[in-house]
Amino acid sequence: MLKGSVTIKDGCGHVPSLATGDLFFLLAWLLWWQAGHEDHAGPDPPRKVSAALKQGQITPTELCQKCLSLIKKTKFLNAYITVSEEVALKQAEESEKRYKNGQSLGDLDGIPVAVKDNFSTSGIETTCASNMLKGYIPPYNATVVQKLLDQGALLMGKTNLDEFAMGSGSTDGIFGPVKNPWSYSKQYREKRKQNPHNKNEDSDWLITGGSSGGSAAAVSAFTCYAALGSDTGGSTRNPAAHCGLVGFKPSYGLVSRHGLIPLVNSMDVPGILTRCVDDAAVVLGALAGPDPKDSTTVHDPINKPFMLPSLADVSKLCIGIPKEYLIPELSSEVRSLWSKAADLFESEGAKVLEVSLPHTSYSIVCYHVLCTTEVASNMARFDGLQYGHRCDINVSTEAMYAATRREGFNDVVRGRILSGNFFLLKENYENYFVKAQKVRRLIANDFVNAFNSGVDVLLTPTTLSEAVPYLEFIKEDNRTRSAQDDIFTQAVNMAGLPAVSIPVALSNQGLPIGLQFIGRAFCDQQLLTVAKWFEKQVQFPVIQLQELMDDCSAVLENEKSASVSLKQ
Amino acid sequence: MWSRLVWLGLRAPLGGRQGFTSKADPQGSGRITAQVIEHLERLALVDFGSCEAVARLEKAIAFADQLRAVDTDGVEPMESVLEDRCLYLRSDNVVEGNCADELLQNSHRVVEEYFVAPPGNISLPKLDEQEPFPHS
Repeated sequence: MLKGSVTIKDGCGHVPSLATGDLFFLLAWLLWWQAGHEDHAGPDPPRKVSAALKQGQITPTELCQKCLSLIKKTKFLNAYITVSEEVALKQAEESEKRYKNGQSLGDLDGIPVAVKDNFSTSGIETTCASNMLKGYIPPYNATVVQKLLDQGALLMGKTNLDEFAMGSGSTDGIFGPVKNPWSYSKQYREKRKQNPHNKNEDSDWLITGGSSGGSAAAVSAFTCYAALGSDTGGSTRNPAAHCGLVGFKPSYGLVSRHGLIPLVNSMDVPGILTRCVDDAAVVLGALAGPDPKDSTTVHDPINKPFMLPSLADVSKLCIGIPKEYLIPELSSEVRSLWSKAADLFESEGAKVLEVSLPHTSYSIVCYHVLCTTEVASNMARFDGLQYGHRCDINVSTEAMYAATRREGFNDVVRGRILSGNFFLLKENYENYFVKAQKVRRLIANDFVNAFNSGVDVLLTPTTLSEAVPYLEFIKEDNRTRSAQDDIFTQAVNMAGLPAVSIPVALSNQGLPIGLQFIGRAFCDQQLLTVAKWFEKQVQFPVIQLQELMDDCSAVLENEKSASVSLKQ
Repeated sequence: MWSRLVWLGLRAPLGGRQGFTSKADPQGSGRITAQVIEHLERLALVDFGSCEAVARLEKAIAFADQLRAVDTDGVEPMESVLEDRCLYLRSDNVVEGNCADELLQNSHRVVEEYFVAPPGNISLPKLDEQEPFPHS
């Protein structure tokens, strides 16, 4: 029986056996998956695709080609800005040699990954979805990219984002918005047919969330096994929740930011998007650790590799529920799932406490001020002289800088720069910037107090609701949307804590809803352990990509008999 | 009318690419006067570009004003969550470099090993200067 592998490690992985013809193989793999895993993601004894690679049941090149083919098929999602096909195939070839010689580099050897386009990649265009960096080819790899490559991962391409990672929808980049694969899922489409509305199929597509929407769409559509995002205010966790993925934000200082084009230096971290928690742990194991090129990485010894124990029981655990996160704007479905999750922990013996984070309502305002001020500073480096876009004006340096920046940045970026500069004016500095820094301390202290009261992990929603249609999303401007959508996620960045969004269940519309776990600083392993336990309990369903199947079956007219026999 | 001239004055020497379609409201919320606009544009070297942008800034400021309600007496500002730690410093030895060629490749205007910049120490034109600048 032909099987397909969906994850790097446990959870949902099965091993494909070799078959004649790549396309047949691909279709069979997909069909088996859809058929065998209709409603849940928990399979029969899982095999690891990395184990499959080691045992020669599939080669890195085959895996690479499968993913490249899927990337082509899902081009309409606009998840990728650059597809590094040649690079990936070459890496696959080298990986294959290593496996043949029994010298694999580890669990990530030969595994296709994607990287958000605000990470520098040597020799590969890095644009941040902005005209300012269109055509810019970095001469070096970001540390996290280098670490993935050193582990043998295959770089499939650079993914789409909001321009300079500013936004919560992945709609504001120069390459256009990213479409949520769930817009095309059987689960969503079936629910919509029950609706009296009968609009044009594609005009109602949903956003992925942002700003790492391209990375989320890439993983969600099976074009890669893991993707790097960045997380400054929730940019990894937000799209993870909307795309039914695990979105992990490490503790600030755990993972190097060298090569991540900065947005807010005191809050940015590289984020990890995967289909299950174990995969996120594998990637974190590869990425975590001090970097001499990033002096904000801590040099404490870390337990590596990140092997997650399976929690037998949660009776020793204390879960905190911050009461201020229960706001009127929270959708009733998310609220209900949040409540059920808390009940689940309690019924399994954990202690579930209500805690208070009193400054929560000021958190988004504080974030807004600190974000714009740091952005104003960080964007100052883009002047057209040494790299990036340069205008044609040569009258004076100032005129050249001004015109370059007008041409290079979109309204959102310019708006934030101007706001940031306003808050940094002499007359405003104390009242806005320093004030926000003080409020930041209060917010960070709120978390410290909550954890000191005996709580191990906090449980909150990730987003206010499921993913919304693009046409609805763009009715409000970027700043308003960010303020709304980052509400549960940005406080974590201000406190530098680790957090993870786990997909929990489908909404009434058939769309993913995620919940967020927040851990103590540098207790990332413990956080992921709890998340893994929870993931196993909820058994979130695998996405059924109808469109993809139709595409495949149209191509494989002759293989009908084979495909029919695989359908249960 | 006067506001329109403000915008045109700023646009002309910068290539005058974008026709400015709406006037800045000199009243607004009272915070964003024309002086503030000019000052911010000079500091940020980024222009507002439209009335909407000014309105958005006003909204952003109004949003930020909510911070006033928080009591921060005796609270120290927090610059970094790692404030209790010493930052790691590398030893002061040269271990890499000699990559001038690679770095120069990314620039649009280079002469031998120099990045070329237009003449400096020329301020952006003030509001009342409207003579067109020659530009290439």
